[in-house]
Amino acid sequence: MKAKWKISPYLYIFPALFLLMAFRLIPIVMSFIISFFDWSIKGTGKFIGLMNYATMLKDEVFWRSMGNTIWLVIIVVPASIILSLLFAVLLNNIKALKGLFRTVYFMPYVTSLVAVSIVWKLMFNEQTGLINTLIGYIGISPQKWLSESRGIFEMLFSGLGINLHGWIGGPSQALFAIIIMTVWKGLGYNTIIYLAGLQNISKVYYEAADIDGASKIKQFFKITLPLVSPTTFYVLIMTTIVTFQTFSQVYLMTDKGGPLNTTKLIVYYIYEKGFDTLEMGYASAVALALFIIILALTIYQKRLEKHVNY
Amino acid sequence: MGEKLRMTIIYAVLIICGLAMIIPFLWMLSTSLMTQSEFNKQESIFIPRVTYYIWDNGTQEQRILLVQEKGENSIIHILNEEDKIIEEYKEVPSSQVKKITKVPYFHWQNYVKAFNKVPFAIYFKNTILVSLFTLLGVLITSPLAAYAFARMEFFGRDFFFYLFLSMMMVPEPIYLVSSYVLLDKISWLDTYQALIVPWCVNIFTIFLFRQHFKSLPQELFDAAAIDGCSTFGMLWRIMLPLSKSVIATASIFSLIGSWNSFMWPLVMTNRPELRVLQVGLSYFNQEASTQTTLLMAASTFSIVPILILFFMAQKQIIASYAKAGLKD
Repeated sequence: MKAKWKISPYLYIFPALFLLMAFRLIPIVMSFIISFFDWSIKGTGKFIGLMNYATMLKDEVFWRSMGNTIWLVIIVVPASIILSLLFAVLLNNIKALKGLFRTVYFMPYVTSLVAVSIVWKLMFNEQTGLINTLIGYIGISPQKWLSESRGIFEMLFSGLGINLHGWIGGPSQALFAIIIMTVWKGLGYNTIIYLAGLQNISKVYYEAADIDGASKIKQFFKITLPLVSPTTFYVLIMTTIVTFQTFSQVYLMTDKGGPLNTTKLIVYYIYEKGFDTLEMGYASAVALALFIIILALTIYQKRLEKHVNY
Repeated sequence: MGEKLRMTIIYAVLIICGLAMIIPFLWMLSTSLMTQSEFNKQESIFIPRVTYYIWDNGTQEQRILLVQEKGENSIIHILNEEDKIIEEYKEVPSSQVKKITKVPYFHWQNYVKAFNKVPFAIYFKNTILVSLFTLLGVLITSPLAAYAFARMEFFGRDFFFYLFLSMMMVPEPIYLVSSYVLLDKISWLDTYQALIVPWCVNIFTIFLFRQHFKSLPQELFDAAAIDGCSTFGMLWRIMLPLSKSVIATASIFSLIGSWNSFMWPLVMTNRPELRVLQVGLSYFNQEASTQTTLLMAASTFSIVPILILFFMAQKQIIASYAKAGLKD
């Protein structure tokens, strides 16, 4: 049977292969080529060598977007991992209502980012939003949220007389609002993945630990955390990749990455350069920079995984 | 720590966090059912209600606007059924003016208003069309390629497979701009095929089918070969009927993905007639930014189809995502 059909395997993969070539591989290669051109919308552009990359290194808004994106990633990823692991461990401990909780936690993940971005934008409204009403109950004064450009650490520490400015001042409160929403949106998925990971851990370990009299907390750190680490690496890599691509929240919740570019994220910047100001060559250069960062991080995390895993 | 206390704490934490997860949806729903003036007053957050004044002169009751209350008498505007003023600055005894509060009061008209304000019917039609044709494409290309990768030997098989996998690693924003340039060159901008054809291949789905096809027992194929079954016949008559759960999983991923996709259609289409639901909703977000209640109504009806799908098959959907995550 193996030798009988020589041409047919290629026929079977042809439809998929053709589409992949036409709509993935070619655009990816084109992206690389266009990044060496001064390319606006119509016709072919002018070859300018590495000029786009040189411009990028001197472009303040690019660095600002990169800095914002890094704040987003280094807050969203750990927050999401810790919270989803907590949810999963708790869910793994109960029997009644387990399905209901799982459904509720997973719901944000399947709903459209556009719709929930609009909801959260209105929830963060200074006058009529739910968030200010809720924090009002515990005595916190109304915050400006999406229109506040000061960094959250800058705001927190200014009361203590410490002045933090620039990147170290933290993500702006506006970006922080986006961070909260982004964690909320992706939490359910990570919880489900962790729950599946936890179910693979043999009960024997816990029974032995119970006999030895180890506390539940100790069991979590000595048994659960090490044995669930393959899942943690998967969640870490996936959440990092996905968070780097955050776009819709900025598009829908902010006024073009404002206030003062503090919510401008790198993918939004690619969009803006490509389709607002029509500097497509430059946009492609930024896209490639993003790709290299994501690739490097993925490889680094994979390597780390080999060192740490049991 | 006692077992009972431990369980109480676990449930308490789960309930509080569960509320935090679901509150945005509850707020969206309740806001979508308020009148805009009620919402702006911010008196009630979750239970939509309505407050209005009537003038009861003993013989009939009329809706009014209270202009001023000064001791014995009040100045009012009398309203007709459509809340239009039909008589201005009438002075009546204050005892005949009554404040009416209805709790809960669901202002369903928001849904009708939002739906008709911009052509959401067209957006729904476009989204359904794009989702179904994309699904059809994915369900044709994936099993074919997966069949070759799983059960055939051919020159370059591993090369092609790793090529496919590596392509899956490249995020959409990387090739967004160049795809636009490409679609412009082949005059596909502002067409349905621009929204459908590039997404008719899904590497992840190929991967799922391949795993499944590999797990089918060899005896099945040997028996079929003896019976004179053709290569394609094996796929069509033996493998696909045994792949119902993979087909269901792939369909769920594809439908949810197409329904929610935003950046691609936003960039690749411009004409209003071609807008899909998410793009239409984002334009509505710009146009009606102060009409909170209408925005919430539109957001609600745009997520309802996916939520219905989700609640109908939630066990299978959650299991699919969990299984797919572990496959890597």
